Amino acid sequence: MNFKLKDIGPQLMTVLAVVLVFGFFTYNAQVNMENRGIDFGYGFLSQESSFDVQFSLIEYDGSHSYFRAYLVGLLNTILVSVIGIILATILGVIVGIARLSPNYLINKFAAFYVEFFRNIPLLLQIFFWYFAALRALPLPQDADAMFGIAFLTIKGLYVPAFIWQNFNIFFYSIIAAIIAITVIRIQAKKLQETQGKQTPVLLISIGLILILPLLSFLIGGVRLSFEVPVLKQLATTSFIYEGGVSLPPELIALALSLSLYTATFIAECVRAGIQGVGKGQKEAAASIGLTPNQVLKLVVMPQALRIIIPPTTNQYLNLTKNSSLAAAIAYPDLVLVFAGTALMQTGKAIEIVSITMFTYLSLSISISILMNWYNKKIAITEK
Amino acid sequence: MSKINFLKPDKSNLNTFLYLGSFLFFISVLDVLVNSFFSFNITGFLPGFLSFLLPLILGFIGLYFIRIELSGIKQLDLLNKNINTNNFNAILSLLIIFIILKSIPPILSWFFVDASFAGDSKDVCTGTGACWTYIKVWMRRFMYGMYPNGEQWRINLSFIALALLGSVGYFATDKFKKYLTLYYVVIYPFIAFLFIFFFISGGPVFFDFSYGIIAAILSIIIGFFIPSKFKFYYFLIVPFALYILLKYFIFFEEYIELGKLDGLNWVETGAWGGLSLTFIISFFCLIFCFPIGMAFALGRRSGFPLIRYISIGFIEFWRGVPLITVLFMSAVMFPMFLPADFFIDKLVRCIIAISLFEAAYVAEVIRGGLQALPRGQYEAAKSLGMGYWRMHIFVILPQALKLVIPGIANTFLALVKDTPLIFVVGLLEIVGMLNLAKTNPEWLGFAMEGYVFAAIIFWIICYAMSKYSYNLEEKYKTDR
Repeated sequence: MNFKLKDIGPQLMTVLAVVLVFGFFTYNAQVNMENRGIDFGYGFLSQESSFDVQFSLIEYDGSHSYFRAYLVGLLNTILVSVIGIILATILGVIVGIARLSPNYLINKFAAFYVEFFRNIPLLLQIFFWYFAALRALPLPQDADAMFGIAFLTIKGLYVPAFIWQNFNIFFYSIIAAIIAITVIRIQAKKLQETQGKQTPVLLISIGLILILPLLSFLIGGVRLSFEVPVLKQLATTSFIYEGGVSLPPELIALALSLSLYTATFIAECVRAGIQGVGKGQKEAAASIGLTPNQVLKLVVMPQALRIIIPPTTNQYLNLTKNSSLAAAIAYPDLVLVFAGTALMQTGKAIEIVSITMFTYLSLSISISILMNWYNKKIAITEK
Repeated sequence: MSKINFLKPDKSNLNTFLYLGSFLFFISVLDVLVNSFFSFNITGFLPGFLSFLLPLILGFIGLYFIRIELSGIKQLDLLNKNINTNNFNAILSLLIIFIILKSIPPILSWFFVDASFAGDSKDVCTGTGACWTYIKVWMRRFMYGMYPNGEQWRINLSFIALALLGSVGYFATDKFKKYLTLYYVVIYPFIAFLFIFFFISGGPVFFDFSYGIIAAILSIIIGFFIPSKFKFYYFLIVPFALYILLKYFIFFEEYIELGKLDGLNWVETGAWGGLSLTFIISFFCLIFCFPIGMAFALGRRSGFPLIRYISIGFIEFWRGVPLITVLFMSAVMFPMFLPADFFIDKLVRCIIAISLFEAAYVAEVIRGGLQALPRGQYEAAKSLGMGYWRMHIFVILPQALKLVIPGIANTFLALVKDTPLIFVVGLLEIVGMLNLAKTNPEWLGFAMEGYVFAAIIFWIICYAMSKYSYNLEEKYKTDR
């Protein structure tokens, strides 16, 4: 250990500055809270919240605690993020591949889509869908049925609800199918490596994932029926749909704009990834006699995914963080329910904002740790 | 043999298939065209389902017929190569052509044909198209927010002055070129700050503006006689020192209080808004987030572990939280952290919050550039005897920044697109003003026009920025 002033000096100064700033803030916060008679603490989480939330995935009303309100908000955030991520991935991959199409029209159409949607602020797009586009939808009583079962109205989308009997048997059958497929895949890989024999893994997998749940219907006594939403008159001019599942327009607008916006970025990632695989790789693969499908599956995709996945995960994170814009159109997500309503009621600014930030922070840090691990795993080890 | 050939177009029966195929293709496009522009269905006599699908089927057969490899006709080969390589591509091309044809008439009629432009009240908007009158009437609010009409020349003047001062770089002669960095890093932000915070605010701080301008001009003039070795430190210190000198020692506050000097009307920042506020916030955040981000990028690559961990903590914290919660924090939590009698303006708090937030992203982008540089560059610089700062300023950063121009441009674009979020703290830039105007009882029901208008403006700004960054990238591209 050799202490050099040259090394210690700058570090000490930086640490000192950080400590001073934080100390200044903490001191002021203490003084301010004393002056206003606010006490610091997270005890309010177990108090009765006494406010209602429009849309929640778990049972919730005013008599539940603030902590349950937090859970409601968190689950709503996760719901819209998951819907957005699925839609954005599908759209993004299609557009990204379309951007590489030799077909001039498809190529330009995809380019137009990307340039159009990514140069308009997300908030503006959310407002557009919510306040302008979805407001043009018909009233519940005028709505036409889509395929006879779903209704898209100004009050939201009404779809049939699944009513399961013996759902756990169905669930177990799916899990059993997944386990069986994993085992078969591992066996097939072993067989390929030791004896060079190829097994039609894909066909077996599809068969398993179809047959096992089907068996659960036939033997296991699983029953599935649909509850179709029905129009009900509340007053002379007021109608609603009863039964089924209703998705509020806020959720639709948010999921739609988030996925349309993020899909442009994912499309660019996909394009960059596929372009990043050298032409020589494809030619080499073709010259050793692989079929075009095998070239794509065994040579191009593994290399392209290595380039595509890290930035795409970043986009997923961005989408999750952007879902907090829900507050602008009153979709009850974490920010609106917790950092909005709950903060207004309790006045616990520091506690609530810190919990909200910590939630998002832990979400992104855990995903980035996962990403770093994945990156290390797939990185090319050069000799 | 000829029977098989009948279904397989090739060069030997080129003419038959070319004419037949073009004819079918033409018919299918014509059908959709007539249908969408004149709403007349040529194939109306057929059953509904068939009539709906007929253009696609005809077009598909037509494109199949004209798919003749190496026909010898240049245009045909080009067409086949670009939109008609196989059956799947042919169907996709047809669908896209039909979508374009179908969507042009409604868009055109909404934007222009049925739209109303004249008049200045809601009554003229009776058509089915857009009501651009609404935009026209509310134009000043969308551009300047609640800023008083009579004072808006101040915003215009500030922006024109800043644009002119900003374009100095294009006209500078070689003699002055070497001072440009200094100018853009120190002098220009200083003047911009004076213009925007003092000139647009007006009121008592207008005098700060005059002192500042005098200080800037004086320091530039004296600056020519300073030996170039000290020029950097000179410009870092003297303008601010002169400004403080002028403010507190030469022009006394009594002059103002005595009424000998009279300033401009005071406009508080809460009244600022519209597109001008978008520009103001983007401009300052751009200026501030870049040096902060650069500092943290260097900090994260630093050899001192404590500095490195602090930088990592800062970057990961800001990158992990959504901007909206940061703005929430600046609105409700930040005042708690300051002494009770200490007040920071809402707009300034916003700018600080967005700058710190974007700085974390800039830092990551710049770090990418720093990591991409080969180690030889560092070693070469060190072997020339350069110290840490000298090495970074003259060797490392110029190369690293050049590498990350696209990334930085993307971050700046994200910044511009994030500005509407300031609605959280109650500041209304253009999107916020649109939402306000939309709820005005006299102008209900024109949300669509407003959002389309704002979308066009933002699109133009962002698209221009991305094209400009592309040009910069091309300009500074050097082969390694």
